Amino acid sequence: MRHFVIVGVLVAILTPLTYIGLSSAHMMPVEASAQSQIVDQMWNWDMMAVSFLLALIVVPMFYSLIVFRRKKGDTTDAEHVEGNTKLEVTWTIIPLITVLVFAYLGAYTLGETRIADPNAMVIKVRAQQWSWSFEYPDGFTSTDLHLPKDQQVVLKMQSSDVIHSFWVPEFRIKQDVLPGRVTDYRITPDMIGSYKVRCAELCGTSHAYMEANVIVTSQADYKAWVADQVAAAQALAAIPGPNAARGEKIYEQYCRACHSIDGSKGQSPTWRGLYGSTVELNDGSAVVADDAYITESIKQPAAKVVKGFDAMGFNPVNAGVTDAQIADLIAFIQTLK
Amino acid sequence: MKKIFSSTLARGLLWQAVGWLVGALFITGIRALMGLQAIDASKFFFTEPAWVFGGLLGALFFIGGSGIVSDWFKWAKGEETSEHHEDPAGGEKYFNLSLDHKVIGIQYTLLALALFVIGGTFALIFRLELAHSGLQLLTLQWYNTLMSLHGILMIIGILLGVSGVINYLVPMLIGAQDMAFPRLNAFSYWVAVPGAVLLLSSLALGGFDTGWTGYPPLSARAPVGMQMFFLGVFVAGWSSILGALNVIASVIRMRAKGMTAFRMPILVWAAIATSLIALTATQLIGLSFQLVMFQRLLGMGFFDPAKGGNPVLFQHLFWFYSHPAVYVFVLPGLGVISELLPVFVRKPLFGYRWVAMSSLGIALVGFLVWAHHMFTSGMNDYLRVPFMYSTLLVAVPTGVKFFSWVATLWKGKIETPTPMLFVLGGIIVFLLGGLSGPPNATVATDLHLQDTYWIVGHFHDTIFGGYVFPFFAAIYYWFPKATGRRMNETLGKIHFWLMTPSFLVLTLFMMRIGLLGMRRRIADYDPALGFDWYQLIMTIAGFTIALSVLIFFINFFRSMKHGEKADGNIWNSRSPEWQVPSPMPVHNFDQPFEVVGEPYDYGLTDAPYIKFAKSTHK
Repeated sequence: MRHFVIVGVLVAILTPLTYIGLSSAHMMPVEASAQSQIVDQMWNWDMMAVSFLLALIVVPMFYSLIVFRRKKGDTTDAEHVEGNTKLEVTWTIIPLITVLVFAYLGAYTLGETRIADPNAMVIKVRAQQWSWSFEYPDGFTSTDLHLPKDQQVVLKMQSSDVIHSFWVPEFRIKQDVLPGRVTDYRITPDMIGSYKVRCAELCGTSHAYMEANVIVTSQADYKAWVADQVAAAQALAAIPGPNAARGEKIYEQYCRACHSIDGSKGQSPTWRGLYGSTVELNDGSAVVADDAYITESIKQPAAKVVKGFDAMGFNPVNAGVTDAQIADLIAFIQTLK
Repeated sequence: MKKIFSSTLARGLLWQAVGWLVGALFITGIRALMGLQAIDASKFFFTEPAWVFGGLLGALFFIGGSGIVSDWFKWAKGEETSEHHEDPAGGEKYFNLSLDHKVIGIQYTLLALALFVIGGTFALIFRLELAHSGLQLLTLQWYNTLMSLHGILMIIGILLGVSGVINYLVPMLIGAQDMAFPRLNAFSYWVAVPGAVLLLSSLALGGFDTGWTGYPPLSARAPVGMQMFFLGVFVAGWSSILGALNVIASVIRMRAKGMTAFRMPILVWAAIATSLIALTATQLIGLSFQLVMFQRLLGMGFFDPAKGGNPVLFQHLFWFYSHPAVYVFVLPGLGVISELLPVFVRKPLFGYRWVAMSSLGIALVGFLVWAHHMFTSGMNDYLRVPFMYSTLLVAVPTGVKFFSWVATLWKGKIETPTPMLFVLGGIIVFLLGGLSGPPNATVATDLHLQDTYWIVGHFHDTIFGGYVFPFFAAIYYWFPKATGRRMNETLGKIHFWLMTPSFLVLTLFMMRIGLLGMRRRIADYDPALGFDWYQLIMTIAGFTIALSVLIFFINFFRSMKHGEKADGNIWNSRSPEWQVPSPMPVHNFDQPFEVVGEPYDYGLTDAPYIKFAKSTHK
């Protein structure tokens, strides 16, 4: 009996100590969305259960290891105890009830993170190896995600190639991005700041570097930024003929993940000095990088592969690049001496 | 030297190489005749179909050429074969075909250890890379390949290690002379060898960058090494399925007289539970990988959205095996813990029937939880709730085990030689694995945790606690049974006391940085996250674990020849295998025994577990 009392007291002491230790260890990043508070609430409940269960097993185990150690020279067996059905039933039923309670809490908090605001703003997200781009309701595209504070946003996400996953640790929520299907990511940012979205699903070679800025601003700052973007986009669109500045935008959206413009070696050939140069191909032949070659390489990436590189799966045309945009891209490439 | 080259292993490998070449040339020839591209410089000379067909034919040639199936062919022709081949004394039998379950068990264990060494070395290489942000010694593609191969080699290694423990022990524990189907048993082991070769060959064929999960569409466009990975797992899967069939048949049909279901040693229950899973679920991983193979080879768009396929379907098929597979790994380990605790506590296993049933409970519930790996995958939203319920339910039978273990320790007379240390370490580490589980199950929190280092820490704790620690305990404990000598205690304790704290540091730090934003499977991380010094300490911890395992290997090989002689019941166990001298005689028990009592009646006098028909063993 004495042993049970000691162990009981130790469990009662260790449980809150563990919980206080865990909750003051800054285990989570800052909470930057309404949803993150719900997730952290569930996390705290989980930690309470973890603290108690840890104490419940560890205390009697170490107590036994210390107190019930074999004495030197003792070669006899311990007292013969086969089991106790009442105890077994107890430690089956109580965990069963606990589990059901936690499953209920899990379902409840999941529901809370999914509450939809009918006035939520919709932003389209395009993921591709290895970059993100964001299409705003006002008709322009950016490689940064700007979000207004305290406004629910639904990201309608789709991938151009393989599976990616949208994760901003400060928002807590994560959602995979699939090819051929749109998945939703619903978030209400509530802290102004600069964060990163990083791809959380292994998506090939440069997966580690697939990230983009997420900038949460006040509603007024957001509106100002949108107005700037719209004006810039309209000005750019109004320029007739192939245009290098437009091409650069397209480059940032679709091409930058693999092609460098400063001559550094990437997953795919650099564009610096490309235009007009003679390119050696995988099959041993050579070709001059003129409009026709570049257009063909954009439309059919596997047709002529540069020596030392593999044909990639990404096809810009499937991702939505138009003929006019290809002309813009070529204009941009011409500027890269 | 000559003996090595004429061994089954060497002949098999040679035939595998021949078969590979024949298969590849065959397809290349057909393609040339049909006017298709016959040579592909970007795919390491041969085209992809030629590599795959060659790989498959190589595996078949290994089986055919090494003589593993020749008895079956003789039977088909109506010829007689000898009932049981006598194995020569000495180490060479481990490289040759043997029908003795003990030899096969050790063969499995040695192959498992070899794969652990290779997979562990890969982990050390990329852990070194991760010690500092930025890329130091690997390219991105090499990082991805080594990380992926680490995963799958450890998994196949564990499956083989599980088979090793089960094969070696189960017939002894149930009082049988051998498994029910000795030739099938040998086949199950040998088919894993070409499987392992196929897996490793992916290194030479461009590697693969998908992780061991091999999700399409990424795996549909990875280098040709991907196909070797698929094929290797497919071939090795046969080992699991057929081995499991054999274990179940043996336990059902070959138990000693009087050994009713609830008088079996508890490890046999674990072996049954694990075999039921392996027998019925392994097909699904083979199938899912085969579908991607066909998608790549034949353009069948199972998982290609452009052709109406669904990439999420793959994840369902894959996890339908790969979640229960975790229980294939840990149930035997938990069985070893339950088996050894009473011996070193000198007290019966608390609640034997509950512990036995909890293994079956875990195995059955384990089939209903697979989609908890997919909470963020984009599967139907509402499915997440039932899968959360079923997942949390696993906690109940797992809890029964923990409580029963603690109750077994309670008021015992506890000794802590090396095997017991690993048992206790296993309980603590598995507890951490278990307790880091529920936050992954309650969906809202998993939305944050999924695909982070938290998960990496969680499953390493689960696998080390549920498999690696008990596996080491089993080796230290049964080594004398296999060799007649015992391993060095001091080295064993150094192994334990180096490995356990390092491992705890490693996984707890994994969980910590995972919560703060460290994603899984990344070759590099943003220095702004401030993880550099965590990663450095984790790398040091990882290398300390490697050092401790090196000490284990020195102890292991040194003790085979120079260990202290131990031919009797050195642990004072009640289990049948310790009632006969070590090393175990060729046919296990010269006299059959009858079960006359309970397996774990420590503390009772005059309550034997088994009685030999005619006692000749003193």
